[in-house]
Formats: sequence, structure tokens, C-alpha cells
Amino acid sequence: MTIKFSLNGKEISIDTDPGRRLLDVLRDDFHLTGVKEGCGEGECGACSVFLNGKLVPSCLVLVGSISGGKIQTIEGFRNTERYAVLSQAFHEAGAVQCGFCTPGFVMAAEALLRENPDPDEKEIRRGISGNLCRCTGYAMIVEGIQKAAAVLNREGDNGRI
Amino acid sequence: MNTIQKNVLREDAPDKISGSSRYIQDIALENMIYAKTIRSSQAKAKIEKIELPEVPPGYSYIDFHDVPGVNGVSMINDRYPVFAEDSVNYIGEPIALIAGPDREVLRDFVSKVKITYSPQEPVFSLDKVSDDRIFNQYSFTKGDPAEAFTKAKSIIEYTYRTGYQEHMYLEPQGMIAEYTDNRITVYGSMQCPYYVKTALQHAFAWPEDRFRVVQTTTGGAFGGKEEFPSIIALHAAVAAYKTGKPVSLVYNRREDVEDTTKRHPSIITYKTGIDENNRIAAMDIHVTLDAGAYEGLSGVVLQRALFAAAGTYEITNLRISGKSVQTNTVPTGAFRGFGAPQAFFGIEMHMQHCAKALGEEPLDFKRKHLLTKGSSTATEGKIHHPVVMPEMIEGVKILSDYERKKKNCGKRVDGQIYGIGCSLFFHGCGFTGSGERDKIKAKVRLRRREDHQIEILIANVEMGQGPQTTLKKVVSQAAQVPLTRIVFNNPDTDKVPDSGPTVASRTAMVVGYLLQCAGEELFSRREEKGELIIEKQYVQPDFIVWDQDTFKGDAYPTYSWGVNVAEVGIDPVTMEISVDKIYGIYDIGKALDKDIVRGQMEGGIAQGVGWATIEVMEQQKGAIAQSSMTDYIIPTVQDLPEIILDFIDNPYEFGAYGAKGAGEIPLVGAPPAVASAVENALGFRIHKIPIKPEELLEAQQNDD
Repeated sequence: MTIKFSLNGKEISIDTDPGRRLLDVLRDDFHLTGVKEGCGEGECGACSVFLNGKLVPSCLVLVGSISGGKIQTIEGFRNTERYAVLSQAFHEAGAVQCGFCTPGFVMAAEALLRENPDPDEKEIRRGISGNLCRCTGYAMIVEGIQKAAAVLNREGDNGRI
Repeated sequence: MNTIQKNVLREDAPDKISGSSRYIQDIALENMIYAKTIRSSQAKAKIEKIELPEVPPGYSYIDFHDVPGVNGVSMINDRYPVFAEDSVNYIGEPIALIAGPDREVLRDFVSKVKITYSPQEPVFSLDKVSDDRIFNQYSFTKGDPAEAFTKAKSIIEYTYRTGYQEHMYLEPQGMIAEYTDNRITVYGSMQCPYYVKTALQHAFAWPEDRFRVVQTTTGGAFGGKEEFPSIIALHAAVAAYKTGKPVSLVYNRREDVEDTTKRHPSIITYKTGIDENNRIAAMDIHVTLDAGAYEGLSGVVLQRALFAAAGTYEITNLRISGKSVQTNTVPTGAFRGFGAPQAFFGIEMHMQHCAKALGEEPLDFKRKHLLTKGSSTATEGKIHHPVVMPEMIEGVKILSDYERKKKNCGKRVDGQIYGIGCSLFFHGCGFTGSGERDKIKAKVRLRRREDHQIEILIANVEMGQGPQTTLKKVVSQAAQVPLTRIVFNNPDTDKVPDSGPTVASRTAMVVGYLLQCAGEELFSRREEKGELIIEKQYVQPDFIVWDQDTFKGDAYPTYSWGVNVAEVGIDPVTMEISVDKIYGIYDIGKALDKDIVRGQMEGGIAQGVGWATIEVMEQQKGAIAQSSMTDYIIPTVQDLPEIILDFIDNPYEFGAYGAKGAGEIPLVGAPPAVASAVENALGFRIHKIPIKPEELLEAQQNDD
């Protein structure tokens, strides 16, 4: 089946089995390996991508269902100015250890901050509760997101640097 | 000296954040094929017949016949088969592989393999253990416990139990092997490149120079990637050798949870004799560990459990014994803390239970028995270095407002039953006894290149815990060169000497110290021209005395110490436990980087809190009942307490800039602190972790 969608800003047309997981299409066909497979059951958030601006675990999305949709992965998001702020904030906060969960957390943080640019700690914790990390105990990730929010808010409502 | 503690930005972070770092699942070599493992469905059986579907062209079936040398995985011994031959001993035991280009075809093939078994009687229980099921058995005595028990005023005896714990690193295990130019190269997620290399040499029975092992960016390990990766590496390597193609063998989550090692479940009994002054006159401790179907590292895990079983206390008359027992279940293995978390749950709960039986305040009772500098340890070694536990206890009391809050135990605070509890603990740093000298013989190398970059050449890995930052800082400081001139790549056994495994909280202390010495020599020879290579080998400090046959002497060169206070709230209806705050004061010698050490402590505490409360894993007739992240719950960002930390500097002269072990100790202390808080909230004894709400409800009804 031919499936057309937009991937990181590029129009794509692929001929594939619509029952394949979006995760596999992204990783195997497009080598977008920043999208990690941690569990394959939608529990860990390591494979999170934006589908039409909404955060989804790509392991639970069948590629047949995204026809005409817009997909953004960490590889697309990392070219944005907002990513630069988040990346710097995660780095400075010491939010990264093994790093396997990190791209997923960055995507979850962006999803949260798009919706709620000035979240309090509780809201941050709720916002990223779909992602698992086994190394950090999360506090430094939460601090990274607080730092990023502060910078983005200082730079104006639209987050321009 | 002071600058070493200042945090620097981790160099590995930017690529990890952007998704550019390549983990083993992200790597594809040219012409690479995939493999899938065919496993036992029986807990104990003879294999009568294996019927395969037709092997499609381009696909290969691999089993024990294909192992070129010895069909055994070299760990402490080699009784763990690479592939099962005519019998299986646990559900999930590897029997064969199917390898080929399309993973769908592999899955389909595996589902169509028909194996006929004649089942035998499996064993799952740790009760009534017959001798033939004992892998390891040790015992040692200090003083005259028999005599002391006869004179004791009273005897207090309890049994404590701990459950499985799954590592649940976010990156599932995996390896890629290739066979080119008569050599096997293995890439993968691992803690111990030389363990993998040794296992390859043994199973292939080829000379050492025909193997190369390269660590790839490793997505968490916590002990789970200590010995188990050798098995995956062997499978991938045998498949690569047979097919002539690079073979990728990466586990999915379910396979990783069901079929790789986990923390040993334990049963620990404490019998304590109390003298007329309400002090401990004698203790008799017995530890039983569930090793699963194969011994693996169980003997060493048991040793650490035994050396920790008397806790931070000086007990004059002591008998400690233990055994690791075979069951027809998935083999257990290394996990952060390595037997010590089980033992410290036992001793800390038991000390609290003794204190309560005697009508004493638990923390006061514990303080009366504390080890101090010069004390005789459980193995009659000496505490050689200052013990700052009294200051740490005072510190944590102030930090947590312990005395005031203690009065609220059992009361409703915000609708929840409030409890506060504490734990005192240590972690023996590095390998047991003379293990560093006799077994590991660590060697490190620094290479100052022509371009004046300095390469750190060691076999220890970055798996998130930060050595690519901390060890660079050590060399930078010792050689007096900026951090930007220091290079530390993932180890490749073709390039790095064997500085030992990345385990036992030894990297910063043992390997770091050798790098410090090498860096200092580099500084003193800085005027020399051209390339400069400096090697340092481990030399055991003179003060260590140890007899590995009798377990007498200094079980560890030194200890890290800790004190935790936990605050919990328990839902009066559901008995759900909410861990609200953990306070921790630690003596880890010297923190080599404030951010990295904070990350280690918070992450370790999180794993300890999880193990004590929500991380329930059980086997049912040999099958792991919680085989996914949906069933086996690790703490999310909403489950974890606020963590308040402090550190006391107490430098160790043979650790890098005073560093002692830091990676494991946070997991050791948190579980008993949480359990003690739950107990103080509810008023009845806790003997078992994980603490399940349904068991609390039952216990409460019995208590009423």
C-alpha cells in the first residue's frame, strides 16, 4: 500500500505494509535511530514522536493510520531553536546519564511546554509521566525542563532566541 | 584539590540528547543479518526431539554443535551452557538460534519449531534444600557465639525475605558479531569487555588475538550487563562464524525481562542473644539466595551478602553462614549492590525489631553497637579508616527534623498514616579481599599523542554513571592539562589494557587512582618529546590482610557509609504506600563531580524505593509472571520522593583524589529506611520486601 505523509518537513511516499509499526518504518526505512525502542508497548516513551503536533509512542502507531499526517521525530525537532534551549537546559541540569530515554524526554518536555509554557513542578511531573528513566530518579530532568521554560519565557512568548 | 568536586558539563550528553548517539540497536553493518533465540518452554526436561520447519534459503539454524570449542559460558565456572544440549533447566533457556535477513521470517520460524520434551520434576522452593541443589555454601565464626548464646538473657529470632528485582535499564541487551580475517569482533552493550572476550576465547578455544570486543554506547546496566552479555555475545559470535555474515542479536523487552538475570531473592534468618545490659551478646545469621538454574556469579554475590549481614555493627560473637541454591528458574546475577541490599534489609529491620523488643529507641540502640575506626569487622578484619557515622547520624536528624517528626508516627497527616524510619549502612568498596590483586590485576594506560591529546586507555565503560567525565577530570588534574585535551573513547580490547570490569563501585576508586598516578607521572615527564605511554598496575595497599579460604581479615580495603531517613504516608483504606521524602548523608570519600554523584545517589535511591515497594516480580512454576514494563512497574516521575542529600568528605588515600565507591551504596540504604518508616507508621513488623498493600491489609487484620 502507498502511504504518503510528511516526515520532518519533507513529503514522503512509501510503499509498505500498512500494519507495520511507525517505529519500525522510522528506524529501519529512514534510519531515524534517535527514535528508540525501549519496550514496544507504549510504556517507556523512548520512541515518542509528534504526530500532527501531538506526542505519541511510535511503537503503538501503525503506519497505515498516518496517511496524510505530519510526523516530527527528534531528528527533525533538533534543528529548531526551541530544541537548542531544551538541549542546553538538559545538559546544564545534569539530566542525562545513559541517555537512552533522553530524546523521548526532550520530546515530552516540548509537548508539555507547547501546551503550558510556564508549568509548575507538579505540572512538569504530570507532563512527563508517560516517560520512564531508570538512571536519574527524574529530579534533574525536572530541573532541566524548569530551566528550559525559564529561558523560553524570558525570550518571549513565542520562544524566539 | 577542591576543584575536582566542581561539576563540569558531561561531554557525552549533547549526542545523547539529540538522538545521535548510536546504541547497539541503532547499528547496522553491511550485509548484516539478524538472529532470534529458540528457548525452552519447560522448567526441567530432557529434550527428546526438535522438529524444525524448513529453513529458508539464506537462513541458518545454530545450536550447540556449532560452538567450536567448549559449550560453556565462562563465568566463575563454565557450567552454564552456551546452548542447551539434551536437557533444559529453566523456562527460557537458550536451545538454538535462527539467523537470517528478515526479522518477520525469524519470528515465524521460532513459532513453528516443535520441541518434544520429557518433563522432569522441577524445584522452585528455597525450603527443604537437598545438598545436590547447593551451589555455594560458606560459614565463618567470630568469638564464641555458642557460649554467648547460653549466657544470653533473651534471644530474638526473625526471618526476612526479599524478592526479585529486574534491572529494567531502558536499553534492552544486544550484540553484533562479525567474522572477518579469521577474527571474531563483537560490538555491544556491556559493562565488562574483557569478561566477554574471555568467554569468547573459552567457547571457541582459539588464541586470544583472534577476538576483539568493542563496547557501544550503553543505555544503563546496573549489573545486568555484567555477566549476561557474554551469553548474547557467544550466540551472536557462533552465528557470525557459521554464516560468515555480521549477526545482530538484540533482545526485545519481553525477552530481556524474562530471560536475563535479576537480583537474587533471599531468605535471611537472624538469631540474636541479648545480654543483661540490653546489648547484643551474639548473633547467628543465615543467608539463603535463590541462584536460579545455573550458578553464574552467585558465589560472589553470596560472599558480599555474608560480609554485609552484620551491618555497620561490631558484634563480638558471631556466626554467619549462607548458601546459594539451585532452582529451575531463570538464573539470577549481578545487580547494583550485589547481595548487600538483601543483607542490609535483613540487618536493619532486625536491629529495629531487637530495639523494639527491648523497649529502646531503634536509632539509639543501633548507635550503641556502631563500628568505629579500629573495630573488628565480621570477618575479624580491622576498620582502618575513620568512621564518621555519628556525625552523619546527627546530621540526618537535623536535616530531617527526625526527633520531632517521630512523634507523628501512626497519626494521620493529610489523610495518610504517617511514618518515619531510618537505616544505617555501608558498602565495601571494590572487589572482595585480595580480589583486585589476585584476580583482576588492573592495568591502566595513558597515551600522550604527538598532537598532545591524552588518551585514557582503560576497559571500564560509560553506562550513564559518568566515568567519561569523572575520570577525565582525574587525569586533567593529575597531569595538569585542560579537560579538552583528554580523550576517553568507548573501550576496544584491541586498544585498551584490562583494567577490570565496570562493577563493584571500583571504577572511580581503583581505576581512578591508577589514572591519577599515571597522570602525575605524565606531569613529571612533561618535558619529554614525542609520544609518551604510561602504564600503571594495581598494587595492593600494605594494610590489607585477607584469607580467601577462611574468610578472615579485611573483606574490603575500605567502606563507603550512609545514613537514610525515609518519610512515608500510607493510605488508610488501600494501604498504598507513598514515599514522600528520603534524606541521605553519605561518606563516599570524596565526590569527584557534584552533579554526577547527585545523579548516582538519586537514581540509586529510586531503584531502592522501587524494590521496597512497587517492583513486584514473582515466578509461577518457573515462569516470570511480570514480563513487561506494563506488569513490572518501575517508579515514574510521580512515584518518587523528594530526595535531600548531603556528603561528608572522608578521603581514602588509595582512591582517586580520595574517592571511594559511590555507585551502589544508595540502593543499599533506601529499602530498609522505607520499610522501617512503613513499620513505624502501622505498628506491626515488616519482614519482607517488596511491601505489598494487600499483605499490609492482611497483616493489619491479624494485628487487630
